[in-house]
Amino acid sequence: MDLILQLLFTGIGIGAVYALVALGFVLIFRATNVVNFAQGEFSMVAAYLMVVCVEFGLPYWLSFVIALAGMALLGVIFNLGVYYPLRHRTYLPVIIATIGASILLSNTVLAIYGPQPQVLQGWFDTPGIQLGPVYLDSQYLLIIGVTILLVLFNFWFFEKTLLGKKLQATSQDKEMASLLGISVSTMIMITFIYSAVLGGLAGILVAPVLFVSIQMGSTIALKAFAATIIGGFGDVAGAIVGGLALGVIETFGAAYISVPYKDGFAFLVLIAFLVFRPQGIFGERVAEKA
Amino acid sequence: MSASDNMIPAPAVRSKPLIIRHLPYFIGAAVLVALAAGMQFDGYILNILLQATTFSIAVFGLSVVLGLCGQINLAQAAFFGFGAYAVGLGTADLHLNFWLCLVGACAITLVAGAFLGMSTLRLGGHYLAMVTISFQQIVTLVMINAVGVTHGPDGVANIRRPELFQSSQSYLAFCVAMLAIVGYLVWHLPDTKLGRAMRAVRDNELAAGVNGIDVFRTKVSAFAVCAVLGGLAGGLFAGGFAYVSPDQFSFAESIQFLTMSLLGGVASPIGSVIGTGLLILIPEWLRFLKSVPGLYLAIYGLSVILIIRFMPDGIWGFVSDAFTRWRAHTKAPPVAGALHLKPATAGGDIVLEVTGLSKHFGGLKAVDGVDIAVKRGSVHALIGPNGSGKTTTLNVLSGLYKATSGKIVLDGTDITSMAPHQRTAAGLGRTFQNIRLFRSMTALENVEIGAERPSNTMIGKGDDALTERAMEALTFVGLGNRANELISSFSYGHQRLIEIARALASNPTLLLLDEPAAGLNSTEKLELHELLKRIAAQGLTILIIDHDMTLVSEAAQHITVLNFGRRIADGESMAVLRHPDVVSAYLGSE
Repeated sequence: MDLILQLLFTGIGIGAVYALVALGFVLIFRATNVVNFAQGEFSMVAAYLMVVCVEFGLPYWLSFVIALAGMALLGVIFNLGVYYPLRHRTYLPVIIATIGASILLSNTVLAIYGPQPQVLQGWFDTPGIQLGPVYLDSQYLLIIGVTILLVLFNFWFFEKTLLGKKLQATSQDKEMASLLGISVSTMIMITFIYSAVLGGLAGILVAPVLFVSIQMGSTIALKAFAATIIGGFGDVAGAIVGGLALGVIETFGAAYISVPYKDGFAFLVLIAFLVFRPQGIFGERVAEKA
Repeated sequence: MSASDNMIPAPAVRSKPLIIRHLPYFIGAAVLVALAAGMQFDGYILNILLQATTFSIAVFGLSVVLGLCGQINLAQAAFFGFGAYAVGLGTADLHLNFWLCLVGACAITLVAGAFLGMSTLRLGGHYLAMVTISFQQIVTLVMINAVGVTHGPDGVANIRRPELFQSSQSYLAFCVAMLAIVGYLVWHLPDTKLGRAMRAVRDNELAAGVNGIDVFRTKVSAFAVCAVLGGLAGGLFAGGFAYVSPDQFSFAESIQFLTMSLLGGVASPIGSVIGTGLLILIPEWLRFLKSVPGLYLAIYGLSVILIIRFMPDGIWGFVSDAFTRWRAHTKAPPVAGALHLKPATAGGDIVLEVTGLSKHFGGLKAVDGVDIAVKRGSVHALIGPNGSGKTTTLNVLSGLYKATSGKIVLDGTDITSMAPHQRTAAGLGRTFQNIRLFRSMTALENVEIGAERPSNTMIGKGDDALTERAMEALTFVGLGNRANELISSFSYGHQRLIEIARALASNPTLLLLDEPAAGLNSTEKLELHELLKRIAAQGLTILIIDHDMTLVSEAAQHITVLNFGRRIADGESMAVLRHPDVVSAYLGSE
């Protein structure tokens, strides 16, 4: 029982990271109708930025701010260089271009920083607290806390602010939104910035738990994407629930079934969902209009 | 077939037999094989050639699935790996015969590809991209971790070659021969029935479905073909290099295959060979870049973005596109005879009987208990104000929507629960309000797909009969002389005529026309009216939706009126149009 609680805590912690990245996926998908296969590289690049700043001797909070500002900039460049020129083409070229961007980003970091994984220490000096039978790692607590805050922020932002409503309008009907005087390209730019920052935040938060490596981005991204499908593709709540569920499934799978195949569980669950419930937990079936 | 007896025979489209016309290809291939066998290469060059040859075959697979069928596969390296491990483990560990292992490699990848395709191809592109990546990751995990079977990260060594091709030189010649054979098949795939179906699915899935193509089966076939070519290539690769390890079949390699395919041009095997050759040679020239880990791949990633942006059709696509446009204007289309429509009949007086048809979207009753009976040989109109449920009814009839309740009987066959392509096979033809043609094809190819409808009794065997039928249909609508032009060069009105020709070529029992006059100017409307008369004169039953009351009242003998999803009037045209409910539905009541 103790072990189960402990695993549940760890699973939710790692699942929260998937949820954050999944949220970034969903926001871009809703705004542009494309899946950004470089979403995970946003997390990886942010983690490396963080490592560089901390090694440079900057305070942790300042490094954090700089890393997130860097991600905002990356979001801008990504939109202008990868999405924007292809916006009138079908989804296929865009997918392939984002895959190209993902290769470019991870290997640029590799060329600059070399293949050795880096270590980033956690935000807190205390490693964690013992609560009854469960040991609560401070970094996991932070991850869970930030995720809760972000989910609340996200709800407030999209439902209660004018900018959020403009973003929603854009994602639902671009032509109508532009007729109402909303600048669609600005809204899409904001979406890319926001989702790059979200991805970066996830990367920075998870970096002390995992190693900071070139591959961390693609691993997280694939699972985050699996999470969006499990939750219901394009659904914000679905992304979060899917991410948490995947983190828990994976942690239990590693503990009770097999450690080497830990990364495979997410994909097996994903394929099972695609076969038996492709619309995910929250999604609805949609049909093309004739 | 009595109708075909009095048909004017169209001149044969292709004069020389296929084998003669393609002789240059086989001579060229034989020369290449002889060169591969005869020239003395040093080991380094030999390895590069061997790699380029086997990789090209794997990339052919992508040109089928992505280029022809428009579906993404990000796991080609996994299928390549399946083939390589089948031959590797088979010959090295189990000491089986090489040929047996190679056949096994193809069989395994066929099953794996078909299974993966069947489980996901009902869903759209993003899912497919994701699932193939997942599949790729699982395969890599298994290759590395199932040490007992795959030898794990150590890989498989001492892979054997067939007795016949022991020397590297002769093995290369064998691989080049395989490349030539597979290349020939892939080159001709687009002109076969399956290939046309794949292109139709790529261009417009909905239209493909209502023209009698089983969309799902076509996609699965494309996916399976791609996987088999990957497996075959992998098997040849393993024999060539005698050693394989998991890192040769990772996700990065899948991306490499994809890039090769895109760079050369995804639509053609020639493009595959160009792309593969370049991407194997360029890294060899840029070896100095490999001293900095990551730099080479970073450039790779950047080039993917640049290729997609600036050369969407790849190198060969760019070249051949110019050639196709030139040829369309110089190649004279064949002359055609008159089109004969001979609707099939089960004898009954009513061709289409719809009873109690309903379609609900959540709480909205878009169609609510509608009855329609279309008499054989008549022109029947379905009218109603905007939002009355006309197009929804048509979509339920052609199977794009599933009926919530009710029954649809076409010429004695209950088609209520059939898929769109099955209804087409049963004798339904339709056009769309917003034109849905296969945009990358010529007018003739579009109509050929219609003519290819399963159980179309009006065409004979073979490609020539198909072309003949399609030409007749195009000539019937007045566009025979422009048959070889691409869809994009036709005006809106002419595109609508091509859609009608596509439906007519299939010789349907019932033709559904979805607002055919929408967007036409007055001259075009007159032409359309004339065309409808000529179609009706051949006894084809038509169910037409339109807003143009002049067209409807002149063309149709019978009218059904819908409002708010319900039938409010039904009967002989003039009487219905004077019906007070109809007048108030259109003009508002006092």
